[in-house]
Amino acid sequence: MLDILFAPFMVKALFAAALTGLASPAVGTYLVQRKLSLMGDGIGHISVTGVALGLLTGTSPTLTAVIVAIIGAVAIEALRASGRASGDVALALIFYGGLAGGLMLVSFAGNGALALQSYLFGSITTLTNEDVWVSGTLAIVVIALCLTLLPQFFSVANDEDYARTTGLSVPVYNVLVSVLAALTVSVAMRTVGLLLVSALLVIPVATAQQFARGFRSTMLAAMVAGLLASVTGVVISAYVDVPPGSTIVLVALAGFALTAPIGVVLGKRRLARVPFEMPSEPEQQRVEEPHRHQHGPGCGHPAVEHGDHVDYIHNGHRHAVHGGHYDEH
Amino acid sequence: MSSPDQRILELRGVAVALGGRPILRDLDLTVEAGDVVALLGANGSGKSTLVKSITGLLPLSAGSVRLFGQPIREFDQWPRLGYVPQRSTIAQGVPSTVAEVVSAGRLSRRRPFLPARAADRRAVREALETVGLADHAQHQVSTLSGGQQQRVLIARTLAGDPELLVLDEPNAGVDLISQQAIAVTLERSARAGATIVVVLHELGAFAPFIDRAVILREGRIAYDGPPEGAHPHDPHGADAGAHCTEDQVRLAPISGVLGEDL
Repeated sequence: MLDILFAPFMVKALFAAALTGLASPAVGTYLVQRKLSLMGDGIGHISVTGVALGLLTGTSPTLTAVIVAIIGAVAIEALRASGRASGDVALALIFYGGLAGGLMLVSFAGNGALALQSYLFGSITTLTNEDVWVSGTLAIVVIALCLTLLPQFFSVANDEDYARTTGLSVPVYNVLVSVLAALTVSVAMRTVGLLLVSALLVIPVATAQQFARGFRSTMLAAMVAGLLASVTGVVISAYVDVPPGSTIVLVALAGFALTAPIGVVLGKRRLARVPFEMPSEPEQQRVEEPHRHQHGPGCGHPAVEHGDHVDYIHNGHRHAVHGGHYDEH
Repeated sequence: MSSPDQRILELRGVAVALGGRPILRDLDLTVEAGDVVALLGANGSGKSTLVKSITGLLPLSAGSVRLFGQPIREFDQWPRLGYVPQRSTIAQGVPSTVAEVVSAGRLSRRRPFLPARAADRRAVREALETVGLADHAQHQVSTLSGGQQQRVLIARTLAGDPELLVLDEPNAGVDLISQQAIAVTLERSARAGATIVVVLHELGAFAPFIDRAVILREGRIAYDGPPEGAHPHDPHGADAGAHCTEDQVRLAPISGVLGEDL
């Protein structure tokens, strides 16, 4: 029963899935921060042209896809940075140009249309040794750069203007993130396929955001979520006759759906736990007992949401209604 | 006149246009080491544009800006400059902790690919202590109040240990506790010898340590001198019509915190 997991094609598939699952959310975290969640989709569409070029000319579709994806990603960044088109319009322009160009080219390639399928929907069980080496190397480069340049990438994605005044070359870092996204898409197209590539970049990040408080912890948690989803998806597809690509994405989505309620609860508790700042001045006079004032909306005391109830700030204290009296919170 | 090496900031005939509309016109300004300058003026008088021009964030359409004696286009002494933007995107998107945001202030002194050193971590911790947010280091920025977030922005800049602080309306939309904390922080920096250029609506809590006021009107300098001579709210002066500012309106509910029983 477990034998199938150790078959050579399966070992390669699991290895590729694991690296894709780790690399995609690492880049995805930066894209989500920059509100470019759909960039992976755009690059995926452009890569169709790259794959088609490879099929048409008889060279490695992975290689041509990498080259075309990088050109497309840099073009998207250039359009966005020049302000000629806002981020999403820039994406759309290149998106459709790439897809239409690819489909046109493939139609010249005769039976290439069939080969294109394996790139659109992924073909993780038919990877060659060379495929595994190439995508493995690219994935490791992506992961290494995402982690070692985290402070710089974070600063640029978090507050571009400020990053400029600390001497960071904002255009260089933005283009570099775009190139890393292009490399990731080229790696992931064999695993989940170009049509679903963006899911692996974005969904694990959305899942990780439920728990994590920091940028670094979000990225690391997203990489774990991506790894789990990718490996689980491949294992499921080994036993049940379902395509691995879509299984990986559905497992990732299930992970998000399961964690979303926990995230809501955590978020509320976290807000309630932020220390409440008190002025250090001496106006800490005691509240008279019994409390004559009825707190309520519009009573003049600032209302503060506190977990499942509302506190009213009264003489530097937090008053919460409890039965017929007020508790100090 | 001062010797040129004391001039932290020197603007000559500066003009800036945004989308073809002139915002700053033929503006001259010199700031010397240790100066604490308040930039005042009505909304739209060009204060924020001026701040962005002297930090290199906006291109000039005419004139020249020299920072620490270096033309702004060639400027590379970034550790000496500390910019605090007015509004920021720090609480948007992926979660980030206060410590992570403040650490970005050290990047002018760090090399890519190298991990943070003990000195970097110490500077971040000290900057957070200075603004009174040391116990918030591991909190998510978006759970902090607007005033606390503004202090995070100031801590980020202080972490880089700059010689010149340029702040764009650090009091806008900020509660009284944070306004006091910010004023105390800046006074301490001023006493330690920092040069400060701060955009303000009113001198307020900053008045005790501001030694020069510059009032902008329609992109030109309308007043430059001791703060006692500045009357930004004089109906014939620079700030006509700006009496009810946004931050004053937002301040109202906070009075309860300070103990006025309503």
